[in-house]
Amino acid sequence: MHTENYLNAKKGIGSWLFTIDHKRIGLMYLVSVLTFFMVGGVFALLLRLELMNSGMDYVTKATFNKLFTLHGAIMVFLVIIPSVPASLGNFLLPLMIGAKDVAFPKLNLLSFHIYILGAFFMLYTMVSGGLDTGWTFYTPYSTTTGTSVVSATMGAFILGFSSILTGVNFIVTMHKMRAPGMTWTRMPLFLWAQYATSVIQVLATPILAITLLLLVIERTMGIGIFDPAMGGDPVLYQHFFWFYSHPAVYIMILPGFGIISEIITINSRKHIFGYKAVAVSSVAIAIIGFLVWGHHMFVSGQSEYINVFFSFLTYAVAIPTAIKVFSWVATMYKGSIQFNTPMCYALSFLFLFTIGGLTGLFLGALSVDVHLHDTYFVVAHFHYVMMGGTIIAFVGGIHHWWPKLTGKMYNESLGKFACLLIFLGFNVTFFSQFVMGSRGMPRRYADYLPEFTTMHQISTYGSWMLGVGFLIVLIYLMHSIFRGAKAPQNPWGGKSLEWTETATPPIEHNFDHPIVVTHGPYDFDEIVHTQKGRH
Amino acid sequence: MMFQFLKIGAQASTASFWMPPQASTFAAGIDNLFYFIYYLCLLFFVGIVGAMVYFAIKYRRKSEGQKTSDIQGNHTLEIWWSVGPGLLLLVVFFWGVIDWTKILVPPSQALRIRVEGQKWTWAFSYMREGISSKNLTVPVGHPVELTMSSKDVLHSFYVPAFRVKRDVLPNRYSIIWFEPTEIGQYDIFCAEYCGDEHSGMLNKINVVSETDYEKWIQNGGDMGGSGVNPAEFGKQLFEAKGCNACHSIDGTVKVGPTLAKKYGTEEELVDGTKVKIDDNYIRESITVPGIKVVKGFQPVMPSYQGQLTDKQIEALIEYIKSLAQ
Repeated sequence: MHTENYLNAKKGIGSWLFTIDHKRIGLMYLVSVLTFFMVGGVFALLLRLELMNSGMDYVTKATFNKLFTLHGAIMVFLVIIPSVPASLGNFLLPLMIGAKDVAFPKLNLLSFHIYILGAFFMLYTMVSGGLDTGWTFYTPYSTTTGTSVVSATMGAFILGFSSILTGVNFIVTMHKMRAPGMTWTRMPLFLWAQYATSVIQVLATPILAITLLLLVIERTMGIGIFDPAMGGDPVLYQHFFWFYSHPAVYIMILPGFGIISEIITINSRKHIFGYKAVAVSSVAIAIIGFLVWGHHMFVSGQSEYINVFFSFLTYAVAIPTAIKVFSWVATMYKGSIQFNTPMCYALSFLFLFTIGGLTGLFLGALSVDVHLHDTYFVVAHFHYVMMGGTIIAFVGGIHHWWPKLTGKMYNESLGKFACLLIFLGFNVTFFSQFVMGSRGMPRRYADYLPEFTTMHQISTYGSWMLGVGFLIVLIYLMHSIFRGAKAPQNPWGGKSLEWTETATPPIEHNFDHPIVVTHGPYDFDEIVHTQKGRH
Repeated sequence: MMFQFLKIGAQASTASFWMPPQASTFAAGIDNLFYFIYYLCLLFFVGIVGAMVYFAIKYRRKSEGQKTSDIQGNHTLEIWWSVGPGLLLLVVFFWGVIDWTKILVPPSQALRIRVEGQKWTWAFSYMREGISSKNLTVPVGHPVELTMSSKDVLHSFYVPAFRVKRDVLPNRYSIIWFEPTEIGQYDIFCAEYCGDEHSGMLNKINVVSETDYEKWIQNGGDMGGSGVNPAEFGKQLFEAKGCNACHSIDGTVKVGPTLAKKYGTEEELVDGTKVKIDDNYIRESITVPGIKVVKGFQPVMPSYQGQLTDKQIEALIEYIKSLAQ
C-alpha cells in the first residue's frame, strides 16, 4: 500500500539535511520557521502577561526590554521574512511551473544551511545576555548598550544571505524553467507574488547587510558612522535601516497575497477577478515600496520637504494594495463558495488585512502621524498587517497545501474552530491596542500609567485566546501526520499543476511525465463559458 | 504647593473615545483629520467586508458541481476603484501636509525653553530667567518654543494632550512649539526607546495662568529652594534631576552605588585606593564624576558641572548627609 513519494524515497537524517530536493528543503524550512514562531510567540505571551497590570509583576524592566526585542527580531528575521517564500514557495514553485526542481538545487540547500547558521547566532544572542535594542537596532543606543548586539546583527546579516540566495534562485527558476505552454499569464498568482518578492529580496537585502556590518564596525572598532559621540549620525542609520526594512515589509506581505489569490479562486470555483491587475500590482508594490521608507521617520528630524514626498508616495502604494483587496472580494461574486479551513483563513485575512491597510492611512498623514508615531496604534497597525495578513495567510496556506505536503488530511471541524478562535483572539489582542495607542500609550513601555490598564488587560486576555488557538492547530496537524486520513490526489479540485499533474504527496522528481500546459490556473470545470465574461 | 488649585482632570471633557484631551491649538485640527480618516476607513471597511460577507452567504456552495460565472474582470470597474480611492487619498494627503506645516514654524514671540533629554528624565532650562526645572511650567494661551537635545541616546518628546512629538538627538537641536489652551497638568512621555527606564521617563507640564507663571518665575521655579530646609531641598533635587534613577537611598544597588548610610564612611575605588565620603568628595563626584569611581561600577555618570548652582549642590550634600542617620 506504501507508494513511493518524496518523503520516503530516501531514508536517514542525512538524506534530509543534505538533500537538494526543493520539497524536502521547503519542508525543513517550514519546520524551522514554525519552531521559531513558537519561540517568538512564547515571548509575546510573556510580554502580554507582564503588561496585564501596571507596575512590574513578573520580570524586571531590563528583562521586559529583552523580551520585546527578541520577540520582534525572531518574528521578523527568522519567521515572517522566510515564512512563505522559503517554505511553501520552495515546495510549490517547481511544481507549479512544471519543473523538476529549482534552477540551482545546491544553492537552495546552501541557503537553508545559511538560515540555520544565522538562527544559531540568534540563539547564541539569547543565551549570551540577550539583546535590548529593539529589533530595529537604532543607534546610538545599539552602539552603547552592553547586550549582545554583535551576535544579533551578525545573525541578521547571515540570514540576509539566505534570503538573497532564495530570491536569485526563484527569479532564475521562473525565467528559465517553466514547462512548455506555461506562459507568464498562465502562472498561478502565487508565483507572481513570489517573483515580486524575490526581486525585493535581491535588491534590498544587501543594504541591510551593509548597514548591520557598519554597525558592527562601529561597535567593535570604534569607527564613528552612526554614533554622534564618534562623529556619526543616528538619522543616517535610520535611513539605511528603513531603506531595507520598508521593502522588507513587502517581502513579508506579498507572498501572503499570493496564497490568498490561490485559496479564494479555488474555493469560489472562479477565475481571479482582474488577473493582470492583481499580478501587476504585486510588481507595482515592489517598485513603489522602495520609495516610501521615510514614512518611518516623520518625527525623526529628517528634512521637512522630503517628508511631504514620503507621505505622498505612501498613499500611492495604497492604491495597488486596494486593487488586490477589491479583486479578491469581486472574485467571490457569482462563485460557488466552499468554507473549508483554508477559505476561513482567507476570509479572516480579508477582514484583518483590510483593517491593517486602512489604519495605515492614519499614519501616512503627516499631521496625524505626529501624534500616533511610536504609540501602540503603530503596534496594532503592523500586527494587523504582519500577523493578520502574512501569518494568517501563511497558516491558511499550510492548511491548503497540507495534503500535498504530507499526504494526510487534518480534522476539518477542529481546523475551523481554531481559525475562529485565532480570529477572535487576534481582534481582542490588537484592536484594544489601537484604542490605547491613539489615546497616547507609547510603545516599548515595560510599565504604563493607570489610565491604560483596561485596554492592556483586554489585550492580554486576547493573547491567551491566540495562544490556545495556535496550540490547537499544532495538535491536530501533528495528529494528522500520524493518524490522519490519506489525502486524495486533488482534494480541493485545483487546476494548477501541483494539483493536476503530480501525485499527493509528489514523487521525488515531481512529475512522471512531460508537462505541457494548455490552460490557465483558474479554468475550473464549474465555470460556464460565455463571451460576456472575457475581456 | 502652589499648584494645588490646578483643576487636574477638568479638561477631560475635550477627550473623545479615540483621543486624549485637547489642550493645545494643534489638537482640534489633528483630531478632525483623524476622525475624517476614521469615517473614511469605516466606509471602506463596511463596503469591503460587507460585500465579502454578502457574497459568502449568497454564493455559498449549495450543491457539488454548482455552476459559476466566467467573469474575469471588468476594466471600467477596475479603473473606478483605482481612481476613486486615489482621489480621496489625495484629500487626506493635502490635509495632513497643511496641518503639519503649521506645526513646523514657531511664532516669533514664543517663549523659548531649552530641553535636555537623558536616561531617564527630561530637564528644562529657562535661559533668560536662569531657572532649571524637572517639570515644565508654561503660561496658558502663549506659544512656547522648545529647543531640544539629548545627552546620550535618542529620545522623543511626546505630549499626547498637545499632539506634539519630536525625536531628540544627541548631535543636533530639534525644535517644536505649541500653544497650550487649557490650564492643567499633562504628561510628557519619551516615545523613542532609550533603555531600561524608558517607560519611567515621565515628567509633567503644568499649564498655569499668566499671573501664576510670573509668580513662579519670581520664586525661581520649582527648584529655587525657597521656604524649605537644605536637606529637604536636596531631596527634591535628587528626584528632580533624576539622581534616583541610578542611586538608591535604601541600600539597593542600581547603576550607581547606593547613598544610604554612606556619608562619613570609606569607599574603595576602582584603582584600589580608598576615599572618605565627605563634602568635597560628593561635590567632585557631581561635577567631575569620572575621576573617583567606586569599585564595581562603570564610569557612566554624566557631569552636572554648570547645571547646578552652589546652593543646589550644598543642598544635595545636606541630603546625602541626612541619609547617613
